[in-house]
Amino acid sequence: MSETVSERAATEPAPGEAILEVRDLVKHFPVRVGVLFKHVIGQVRAVDGVSFELRRGETLGVVGESGCGKSTLAQVLMRLEPPTSGTALYKGRDMFAMRGAELRKLRRSIQIVLQDPYTSLNPRMTVGDIVGEPFDIHPEVAPKGERRAKVRELLDVVGLNPEHINRYPHQFSGGQRQRIGIARALALRPEIIICDEPVSALDVSIQAQVMNLLGDLQSEFGLSYVFIAHDLSVVRHLSDRVAVMYLGKIVEIGTEDEIYSHPTHPYTQALLSAVPVADPTVRGQRQVIRLEGDVPSPVDPPSGCRFRTRCWKAQDVCAEEVPELVTRVAGHPSACHFAEERSVVP
Amino acid sequence: MAVQSMSGTGDLGEGTGVVPDAPLLEVEDLFVEFHTRDGVAKVLNGVSYHVDAGETLAVLGESGSGKSVTAQAIMGILDVPPAVVRSGAIRFRGEDLLKVSDGRRTELRGQGLAMVFQDALSALNPVFTVGFQIEEQLRVRLGMSRKDARKRAVELLDLVRIPNAARRVRQYPHEFSGGMRQRAMIAMSLALDPELLIADEPTTALDVTVQAQIMDLLKELQVERKMGLILITHDLGVVAEVADRIAVMYAGKIVEHADAVSLYRNPGHPYTAALLESLPRLDLKGTELKTIRGLPPSLLAIPPGCPFHPRCPMAEDRCRTEVPGDHRLGLGRTSKCHFAEELVGRV
Ligand SMILES: Nc1ncnc2c1ncn2[C@@H]1O[C@H](COP(=O)(O)OP(=O)(O)OP(=O)(O)O)[C@@H](O)[C@H]1O
Ligand SMILES: Nc1ncnc2c1ncn2[C@@H]1O[C@H](COP(=O)(O)OP(=O)(O)O)[C@@H](O)[C@H]1O
Ligand code: SF4
Ligand code: SF4
Ligand SMILES: [Mg+2]
Ligand SMILES: [Mg+2]
Repeated sequence: MSETVSERAATEPAPGEAILEVRDLVKHFPVRVGVLFKHVIGQVRAVDGVSFELRRGETLGVVGESGCGKSTLAQVLMRLEPPTSGTALYKGRDMFAMRGAELRKLRRSIQIVLQDPYTSLNPRMTVGDIVGEPFDIHPEVAPKGERRAKVRELLDVVGLNPEHINRYPHQFSGGQRQRIGIARALALRPEIIICDEPVSALDVSIQAQVMNLLGDLQSEFGLSYVFIAHDLSVVRHLSDRVAVMYLGKIVEIGTEDEIYSHPTHPYTQALLSAVPVADPTVRGQRQVIRLEGDVPSPVDPPSGCRFRTRCWKAQDVCAEEVPELVTRVAGHPSACHFAEERSVVP
Repeated sequence: MAVQSMSGTGDLGEGTGVVPDAPLLEVEDLFVEFHTRDGVAKVLNGVSYHVDAGETLAVLGESGSGKSVTAQAIMGILDVPPAVVRSGAIRFRGEDLLKVSDGRRTELRGQGLAMVFQDALSALNPVFTVGFQIEEQLRVRLGMSRKDARKRAVELLDLVRIPNAARRVRQYPHEFSGGMRQRAMIAMSLALDPELLIADEPTTALDVTVQAQIMDLLKELQVERKMGLILITHDLGVVAEVADRIAVMYAGKIVEHADAVSLYRNPGHPYTAALLESLPRLDLKGTELKTIRGLPPSLLAIPPGCPFHPRCPMAEDRCRTEVPGDHRLGLGRTSKCHFAEELVGRV
């Protein structure tokens, strides 16, 4: 596989250049009632105007609470769901407009690794078939005669025993199944891997193994990751830049250091401060911002700033004007009328 | 708080086998097996721990280590069969729940013990309103009238800070958010004013901000009611925030037992040390994480000697054959490692 990186180098964007540019991406799901004549009574605004860029070789972390739209964003970028509106440029070309050969190439270039290693693998297929399946759809990548060798190589790359090529998913542990999923995602030599909670279902010791593997593969193959997770420590560990989502929108985006050491959006601050710290000697000394209540429904989000129903800093203007995601302080964008730096991570 | 009006706690003592100075709950040398198609899984291999009134014991361990099975054995909700309790004791205020009569056991468990489960949605019955499920216990167990039970249910939902409790009692579980369902579960578990609450991964399915709310609530209720709390979790952060003492489980044994501060500062077992080291940190961007090589053992074939030896960086020859006993490390600490003293002394 290692030749792919050098193959690419001549024609492709250099490290640090944008490989994916997402602009005002929106995905709404209709809410329907009625059995026979279903009529639409509203829209779930799952992703509601998201913009960011992903650079070659970098990891963009995406954090946020359950239901904020992380997986929907992943599905749209994988072209598994059509966007409601907005664009995404893959190497400068609108990926939602791609057809035919160009679309096939896109489908090779962007791969996904999912959260649940138990349900995302077909239990009736052998590991060899699972990891090699992408070659059936894209035979140009590996001629039939070479496939088994390729699959063995992939298993080796992700730290699985190539001798286990004929085993079934249930014969592997959770962490090993996650490696199978990663091997499969690597098969077509992608440039971007979207990881949707790839380690959330794993125990700490196994989670560390898989995180290290993702890091190693990135440096070996020059991969770019969109790394979705709700565990803020995990995201910091792997990410170069981080986007914080709330109710379908990015509320703050910046480098790992800007977000964790210099957060300016009240939601980011609350989120970071709520993470329990694995040190009993600081118990009771940390300033924890306790949010009241629950996340509002994405069918009917609050006017103005979507965070205002839980924000301790909210003013009248917050209900009237949507705060733009622009840089006001601390050198990075934050969607808050009253953005100010506050250090919350001990 | 209104909860004080409830009876329950006081009546257990008189004229029974209750031992005055005994710990609130004591599990001693508990062995449980599951008889499965593939063989006998040795799930608990001599678990011992105890918790006192007003105290929080955290049971920490990776999935499959036996945390929930221990809790199920205490609550008397093990699937028997396939489970078989081989030996051991579970003493509530000195009375062995495995030995007393069925009637007495039901009485002790009914009033003294309660449990909060990880998955509130499947623990709540979807076809009844949340209020009905709380009221039913109050009516059946305490003989309350319909009207009093409703009033009490509203008080309990209010206690766990569910907004608009009077309206919410009439709703079904699916109309609650994840955090609210977990609160409702806690309200239900408090209905009979238990002396010991077992919370099995109560926040694992929840977001951090909601997790923080629920842990605050549990802690507050516990202090107010001087309840014993057994908190089962695999989250080293949550444990550090609330535990008085910690029992670390591996392959059905408590491999280390210590107060929270000592355990984090100076772990007494290589497994605990490895767990702490494999944790990514919020306060710095790391490079390579330390990992524990290999996998937890199959409970159908636990390695001889120290069960951790195939994965242990400190393992020596004797670890492959000799089962380590409890090494006492002072301050009530114990560790099942042949080299526990050296490990702790190293700092
Ligand atoms: N196919 C669908 N039809 C209707 N609503 C949907 C659909 N898929 C997602 N949603 C809704 O869109 C919102 C965002 O969901 P999404 O799965 O993207 O969240 P998430 O951030 O990935 O959450 P989690 O952390 O729980 O995985 C939620 O309110 C969800 O219920
Ligand atoms: N009903 C059951 N039948 C067979 N095995 C079971 C059953 N319940 C639990 N086990 C096994 O017991 C072991 C310990 O499980 P558990 O206590 O649930 O672990 P955890 O520490 O994750 O809570 C696991 O190997 C599990 O598969
Ligand atoms: S815009 Fe207003 S409501 Fe929104 S986060 Fe800022 S202060 Fe809070
Ligand atoms: S007894 Fe040996 S194998 Fe077991 S934890 Fe101690 S050093 Fe490691
Ligand atoms: Mg998701
Ligand atoms: Mg469990």
